[in-house]
Amino acid sequence: MTWVLVMPIAVPFATAVIVYLARNYPAGRWISLAGSVLTLVASGVLMAAVLDQGVIAAQMSNWDAPFGITLVSDYLSAVMVVITAITGLATAIYALGEIPEETESLGFYALFQVLIAGVTGAFLTGDLFNLYVWFEVMLIASFSLLVIGGGKDRLDAGIKYVALNLVSTLIFLSGIGLLYGITGTLNLADLRGAVETVENQGLVTVIAMMFMVGFGVKAAVFPLFFWLPASYHTPYFAISAVFAGLLTKVGVYALMRMFTLVFVGDVGFTHEILIWVSALTMFTGVIGAAAQTDFRKILSFHIISQIGYMTLGLALFTPLALMGGVFYLVHHIIVKANLFFVAGLAKQYAGHTDLNRIGGLYKSSPLLAALFIIPAFSLAGFPPLSGFWAKYLIVKASLEIDAWFIAFVALLVGLLTIFSMTKIWGMAFWKPHPDGIDPTPDHAPAYVTRAMLVPISGLAAMTIIIGFFPEPFVQFAETAAMQLLDPVDYVTTVLGVQP
Amino acid sequence: MNSIIFTAAARILVALLFVFSLFMLLRGHHLPGGGFIGGLIGAVSFIVYSLARGPAEARQALRMSPEAIAAIGLGIALLSGMVSFFMGDPLFTGQWYWVGGDSYETAAFSINSVLIFDVGVYLVVLGGILSLTYAFEEET
Repeated sequence: MTWVLVMPIAVPFATAVIVYLARNYPAGRWISLAGSVLTLVASGVLMAAVLDQGVIAAQMSNWDAPFGITLVSDYLSAVMVVITAITGLATAIYALGEIPEETESLGFYALFQVLIAGVTGAFLTGDLFNLYVWFEVMLIASFSLLVIGGGKDRLDAGIKYVALNLVSTLIFLSGIGLLYGITGTLNLADLRGAVETVENQGLVTVIAMMFMVGFGVKAAVFPLFFWLPASYHTPYFAISAVFAGLLTKVGVYALMRMFTLVFVGDVGFTHEILIWVSALTMFTGVIGAAAQTDFRKILSFHIISQIGYMTLGLALFTPLALMGGVFYLVHHIIVKANLFFVAGLAKQYAGHTDLNRIGGLYKSSPLLAALFIIPAFSLAGFPPLSGFWAKYLIVKASLEIDAWFIAFVALLVGLLTIFSMTKIWGMAFWKPHPDGIDPTPDHAPAYVTRAMLVPISGLAAMTIIIGFFPEPFVQFAETAAMQLLDPVDYVTTVLGVQP
Repeated sequence: MNSIIFTAAARILVALLFVFSLFMLLRGHHLPGGGFIGGLIGAVSFIVYSLARGPAEARQALRMSPEAIAAIGLGIALLSGMVSFFMGDPLFTGQWYWVGGDSYETAAFSINSVLIFDVGVYLVVLGGILSLTYAFEEET
């Protein structure tokens, strides 16, 4: 049983080691690809085990909870691990086309695999300090990936990114220290009981706010998001796709975990703040996007605005809202990573990501246009794509508890999202190229375009499948939300499981 | 650095520090010490060497790139955790074989997976620190 939980982390780590030693050989990239496939298989096995048993847990090194490090997976963790593996595989394929050999020999694939391991670890751990360690693994790998390949822009972005993330890590770490000081435990399941019995509940709420700020920076919520648009438009497209898809979602996941499992003592205060933070995040993100003309900058601001929907699902704190939040999380990772992939291919064709300097993509590549339309409209919430169901659940949840204003903001932001998406559509795809040329990727070998098209089509197909057959996914999200709201299973499995 | 005193002293210091780092590594787990601190001391010995003889020669003395050492260390640490897989225990459970007894107090010595893990940590720390310091030294 324990191996089911370990493998999704161990496989990418092992792959990283092998790939690093083989970084100067062409075999390296294929080993990386094979590792990503294996990771997906391992996370599939984990998903099967979770579907079978509900919640599974394992004690590392044979130390009983709450003393050792626990790995635990409920429905939410399992689906996040699977979606991480899928994004990882898509990126590994995409990187075959995009990443030049010089960058490969700097250890690109090893860092990438470490990043995937870090993200997966953060989703699976049941221990607060261990979560911090995974955040660090992620931060180190992502900082290197951000600056790899060199250039002034990348270094500038990297410094902003790492500085602001260090601040968040510091606040997070202080929160951990204080929480440990008043409860004497760091095991998440154990914390649930321990926090309730703390005499000074005011202090718990203060610590909760520290966690909200710490994770808020990672998740890029208002007003802590400014590092994101400053950094996501510079690295390789494969990297910005995996960042856009996964990194902020780890922050959202951590918020969801902490504010359903541990900090539920003062929901009226903490979650009320989260509601307004979410609304402002949605709105500022989408307004910020409207002012941009760079393909990736628009998409970066949209990440922020979409994060608002997910945290809103948590903040409303009803079964339906949480279910919408979980559904949104999964849908958004697929769609957002895909849009960044498309941006990369558009650059391959038209030579730039500044929308003023490209155009005519629809005429030269209708296929790419179609593949852009799917994730873009899904992001904006067009039926019957996956984004429609995600938004529908969130809006319905807010209407259910008579939060009219929040529902209004959510719908308005959806409308403004369409505005941004049509802007990209109009400027990159419909208008003729300003240089009067027909954009073609003729300077790149055919395999490059092919390697990039495979993951784009795959993820677009997933968006359509979720859109047309939402039933099983919605049911899954419902169970996940139930487990979050009533974590008895989680707690008993972690504390009761004998190694 | 062109001080002849330092260069001469470095010859002795490097060897001493490195042996001491191995001592710290082997002493770990039951007594203060272990892979992390051992790796740091080991890195210091190579840093002293590179200050005395220049980073180019220090790289040669290491024989492998520090990044590769770190990667191999990570692999060793991971493998040592995997040993418990074959024993049917959770990952990273320490596997102990006592020679001449059955516990720390009575046995002469032990063969265990914990030491292998520490060796992995040692290499990761050594490689990681050295890759940073060499990069800095070569920059200036």
